[in-house]
Amino acid sequence: MAMKPVAGYRAPQAGTQPDHLHPAYVSSIKRAPTQPLVKIPHTLTEVTGPSFAADVVSPASCDLTRQHHGEPLGERIIVSGRVMDEDGRPVTNTLVEIWQANAAGRYYHDADRHNAPLDPNFTGCGQAVTDAEGRYRFVTIRPGEYPWANHHNAWRPAHIHFSLFGPAFATRLVTQMFFPGDPLLPFDPIFNCVADTAARDRLVSAFDWDATLPMQALGYRFDIVLRGREATPMEGS
Amino acid sequence: MSLPATTSQTVGPYFKIGLRWLDRNDLCRGAVSGERVAVRGRVLDGDGVPIPDAILEIWQANAYGKYAHPEDTQDKPLDPGFSGFGRIPTDAEGSFGFTTIKPGPVPGLRGTQQAPHLAVSVFMRGLLKRLTTRMYFPEDARNAADPILSLVDPARRATLIARPAATGLLEWNVVLQGARETVFFDLGL
Repeated sequence: MAMKPVAGYRAPQAGTQPDHLHPAYVSSIKRAPTQPLVKIPHTLTEVTGPSFAADVVSPASCDLTRQHHGEPLGERIIVSGRVMDEDGRPVTNTLVEIWQANAAGRYYHDADRHNAPLDPNFTGCGQAVTDAEGRYRFVTIRPGEYPWANHHNAWRPAHIHFSLFGPAFATRLVTQMFFPGDPLLPFDPIFNCVADTAARDRLVSAFDWDATLPMQALGYRFDIVLRGREATPMEGS
Repeated sequence: MSLPATTSQTVGPYFKIGLRWLDRNDLCRGAVSGERVAVRGRVLDGDGVPIPDAILEIWQANAYGKYAHPEDTQDKPLDPGFSGFGRIPTDAEGSFGFTTIKPGPVPGLRGTQQAPHLAVSVFMRGLLKRLTTRMYFPEDARNAADPILSLVDPARRATLIARPAATGLLEWNVVLQGARETVFFDLGL
């Protein structure tokens, strides 16, 4: 039964994470908890978590432009970056899942009633597993902006959804990547869910010459940082 | 070196296209040791309306109380058919269902033992960051000494314990607001 004491994960740097209730994002009003959350220590349950071997993900699943017979419409882009923790250590061999709208701003989803066209050659989902340096890379199409019902004339800026696991149940993160210079960013209540402008700006990818393929696709870089770990085990654990 | 953590964002209404490929309503792959249980429930919003676009993720130990993770160094067997991960979306009626095995007890802090439980993440449109909770098992004497349950107001503990619905079937709802609001945990995020 010998178990080494477990070290928990630190609270992320202050100001980086949203509250559950953010009234400008109307859907949060009926879905955010009203009772205070119960603070619990990280036990073996929280410091362990699922892992997905690289063989769960086929190498083709990181190229969203080659999942059908033809090529999707829109501008090809390469989205790549590193997954690290707050101490700068690479998060290796972790699953990264993405999903997004097509170039016209329409999701391949039966609940999306936006009257923009579907693209028979674009589903808009991909998976990758980070390498030994925490890197991932996707080939995809630049997603379109689209309207939504949050408030009058509401439009989501172009974005790609990212889902990451990290090494533990405590490190799970879902986020969104935006594009530099998008004029809709100041008006989006989801992007603006935290007051810290520097935190928001880190959700905006950077144009990336090094990843850009001549005559083929522009590159965008999006690094993702998961919470760091306590240096020592919990007191008395 | 200190980097600020990336800000959490909602999964939005269309996550199924990105996450469904890994749906896992049966956590067991082939022959797995332990007592099989089916769990059924609904996810309800602040008006008591079932939520058709939520997704739950489960993380749990195997029947011996061992997590399939390198940091679980207990001298207990792994089960090759059991990774401990489940991913279960709600359906059009806001209902979910999954099948698993009842996990064994796992160590808590300071030499304590935790009662069998599932760690649960809840994602949906409207949640800018996930909710985390736990599901415990009914009629298990170990619940009384569980170090996490003991941190919860006794009046609200029942929201974390499934109810027997039929032989081999448990019922457990996730209620986001109101008198029967599920206890959600602060993991420091």
